[in-house]
Amino acid sequence: MTGRRIAVVVAVVGVILAMVIPAFGGNIEDVETKGLSACGDVNIAVNNWVGYEADAFVVGQVAKEKLGCIVNYIYVDEQISWQGFASGQVDAVLENWGHPELVDLYVKKLGVAEDAGTIGIDGVIGWYVPPWMKKKYPDITDWKNLNKYASLFKTSESGGKGQLLDGDPGFVTNDEALVKNLKLDYKVVFAGSEAALIQAFRTGEAQHKPVIGYFYSPQWFLAEVPLVKVNLPKYTEGCDADPAKVDCDYPIYKLDKIVGKQFANADSTGYQLIKNFKWTTDDQNLVAKYITADGMTPEDAAQKWIDANATKVEAWLPRAGGR
Amino acid sequence: MTTLTSPAPETTAPEPEPPGGHRIHLRRSWMLAGVVGVWIVLAAIFQGRRTLEIGGAEQVGVQNWFGDRANDILTASQDNWLLTITHWIADVLSAVVEWLQRLVSVPDFPSPYPAIGFLGVLAIAWFVTALIAGWRMSLLTAGCFVMFALLGFYEDSMDTLIVIGVAVAISALIGLPIAIWIAHDGKARAVVTPVLDVMQTLPSFTYLLPLMLLFGIGAAAAVVCTLIYSLPPLIRIASHGLQNVSSTTLQATTSMGQTRWQSLLKVELPMAKHTIIVGLNQTTMAALSMATIAAFINGPGLGQPVVRALNALRVGDAFVPGLCIVLMAIMLDRVTTAASTNADRLARSENKDMAVRRAQFLLVGAVVTVVAVYLSRVFTFAAKPPDSSLGRWIADGMQRAVDWISTNWANATLSISNHFTNWFINPLEKLIAGSPWFITGLAILAIALIVGGWKACVAALICLAGIRWLGLWNDSMVTLTSTLVATVFVMILAAVVGVFMGRSIRGDRIIRPFLDAGQTMPPFVYLIPVLALFGATRFTAIVAAVAYAAPAAIKIVADGIKAVSATTVESAQSAGAVAIQIITKVQIPMARSAFTVAANQGLLYVLSMVVIGGLVGAGALGYDVVAGFKQQPLQGRGLAAGFSIVLLGIMLDRITTYAARRGEGSRR
Repeated sequence: MTGRRIAVVVAVVGVILAMVIPAFGGNIEDVETKGLSACGDVNIAVNNWVGYEADAFVVGQVAKEKLGCIVNYIYVDEQISWQGFASGQVDAVLENWGHPELVDLYVKKLGVAEDAGTIGIDGVIGWYVPPWMKKKYPDITDWKNLNKYASLFKTSESGGKGQLLDGDPGFVTNDEALVKNLKLDYKVVFAGSEAALIQAFRTGEAQHKPVIGYFYSPQWFLAEVPLVKVNLPKYTEGCDADPAKVDCDYPIYKLDKIVGKQFANADSTGYQLIKNFKWTTDDQNLVAKYITADGMTPEDAAQKWIDANATKVEAWLPRAGGR
Repeated sequence: MTTLTSPAPETTAPEPEPPGGHRIHLRRSWMLAGVVGVWIVLAAIFQGRRTLEIGGAEQVGVQNWFGDRANDILTASQDNWLLTITHWIADVLSAVVEWLQRLVSVPDFPSPYPAIGFLGVLAIAWFVTALIAGWRMSLLTAGCFVMFALLGFYEDSMDTLIVIGVAVAISALIGLPIAIWIAHDGKARAVVTPVLDVMQTLPSFTYLLPLMLLFGIGAAAAVVCTLIYSLPPLIRIASHGLQNVSSTTLQATTSMGQTRWQSLLKVELPMAKHTIIVGLNQTTMAALSMATIAAFINGPGLGQPVVRALNALRVGDAFVPGLCIVLMAIMLDRVTTAASTNADRLARSENKDMAVRRAQFLLVGAVVTVVAVYLSRVFTFAAKPPDSSLGRWIADGMQRAVDWISTNWANATLSISNHFTNWFINPLEKLIAGSPWFITGLAILAIALIVGGWKACVAALICLAGIRWLGLWNDSMVTLTSTLVATVFVMILAAVVGVFMGRSIRGDRIIRPFLDAGQTMPPFVYLIPVLALFGATRFTAIVAAVAYAAPAAIKIVADGIKAVSATTVESAQSAGAVAIQIITKVQIPMARSAFTVAANQGLLYVLSMVVIGGLVGAGALGYDVVAGFKQQPLQGRGLAAGFSIVLLGIMLDRITTYAARRGEGSRR
């Protein structure tokens, strides 16, 4: 046993020595540290859909490369990102889809977050069918005809009615109320995740299987399969006021940015960048395509877009001395 | 209607068939058939009435109360005493994790590499394994570390190891004292055991939000959520080991005048050492299984690339980090197991020459390690993990294979899913979830009474009352249906594959690695292919649950069959029995208790997949839990769903356990 013990002592003492004695020779060079303090930390929440990743990494890369910020990506769901405003661990949410209940709690009641303007993209939510169905049943895009086609959408899950597929439990949805109030012969079936929803539409288009479900734009998958929107009764201001009585389409969401109060008050260059950040649906879809179809890392995808869109990026940068 | 009755007797599968007690068994079967028959008739008459179904976004009774309490905590001031304590703990945990990360996985600013580069970490891992588990295992460890790098996930692998390491260390610090306490104090055990049950069965998604409030986003919360799941195995196994230290040995030492402390430190702990290490092994494996969940609260590690790839439906990209988790599981399992036997071996006196050679080997190893660490601090070649396109290549290959399978098989598999659901799951669900709630409740109680006796019946009554109170009765019954169907599948697989493995050593050797991989591969990795094949349906959720639960059940059955004494089998052979007779008349009856354990474990594993099932179309409780995690207004419902899953688990566990005990009793 003593030999064993000697070996342990040699190893422990030796490793500690190797850790503390200064390096001589060798070829590892320190990274540059210039300009890193100008901006400070920016903690960007990354919610779990690819379009959001595009927003986050484009802003993040610009903050890192042009402003010298230390960017931390916090991979969490919408709900948790907002909790992060309260604990001070999240500085910015870059693509918020309405969420009046969260705005109520965190902006109005707790006062830990505030709005930082839109990102220039309209969020559209609605019911969609795969393109082959539009071709075969041209009038399917009018909700009044949905009952006519209900039997097409019958599945093992829908209890004899047509199946209306819903996605991630976190998404804003009125679908159960809509089915009831529009007297549709459908049952809402919860796929349970965005991945399950996308896979259902993918299989539906490839195998020509009828699918109707909740979907939204912008979404990278629309580039792969251009789903067709079904027209529900037109949205009018306040028609969705009572969740139980909704009988109209979803409103257009002006996707916006939410930032932490402390972060906004500090008014760093990172905050100004986020406040100025604005692009288009096509821009976002392009970066999302780099990530999904081309398999690039979010960093590389964002950098590729940034390099090709120098003027757009320039407009987001805080003006020198413009405080 | 015949399809309806077939799953019901399955509930009795765990009940061993006593070779002399055929009459009792037969009577019970008749009673069961009677209960199920009455149930079917009543279900047909009262179909769809009083099923307690509620809408997807509705909340009732106690759920609102849960939601309000969750909101209270959220809106409470940030400086109350509880948050002060938890934030302090969080700060310490984050600091420890960050320090370890800078040591091995993230750049130690201003250096572009961690304080100890790849070669140094590799050498240390190799040396430590050689020290505790012998040189063979040290090669396994080194090989795995090199693979992490070649697959392109070295940093994430180190992060996962760090989170697991911290969680296991804390488990040992908290768990051992608790284990010692409950080993000596029966009352304490009665209090602690149900708490451990809840910790192991409550889906993590139900407590992620509260954890975030208490410990913030990131590594600290990830360690705590890992800890909650990984602590129970150590406490259970270690206290079991301590209780088994023979009382005569203890009496002998106390009569020699040892104090309680002395006998604990000098006798009990050393004698239970082997069991305690087994407990640590189980705790480590449980901690690793939380790697993907931890990613949902931004916990560092391999879970992150898995979850991100899932969002983009890139199966190949999720598979490679999943493979790293499998490698890590195999490495940790084999090394800790070898360490426990190694400890025994070293404790015994060993050959002097061997000891000297061993020491020389270790001394050389120590020097090599020191040199490697130094090199990894000064030279790029030693600091940087080796690059390779192996990971990319595997990911692309996997993606192509899955694409091919989903385009060419989907038509057939979707129709299987459809027919199976229509002919089997739907009728069964109509019976269980479509009957009025009190009829289903009474039927379950009657079945519990028949197969498990009055104790099982009382346990079922308490659990059902709790489920009724939580207000998600209908969802619970839908989930119960899927759980039973999945368990039937698991047991069929366990019987077929397990018996084959138990009878063929070579078969065992070929199949076992796949079972290990199936048990440790995060289910998130194979959700997309399963979805592509079977659609967003309850059947898909069942397939995913079976894939996760079957390996454990198969292993238990295989080990049970193997344990049937060779002489018994030989004597049956010499009496002229053919293979099928030996299996059905000798091996299966004699391995009955293994089947019971397999059914019990299978049920619990299936139940642990309920939430994942909710992500792929199972709806019901699994969906409720995820919705509660993702939507502020549904938090109360999510919590209620989590506890409903716990109650279902306890109910099924008690019924199968008492049924098994009863069977054992009537055999003797």
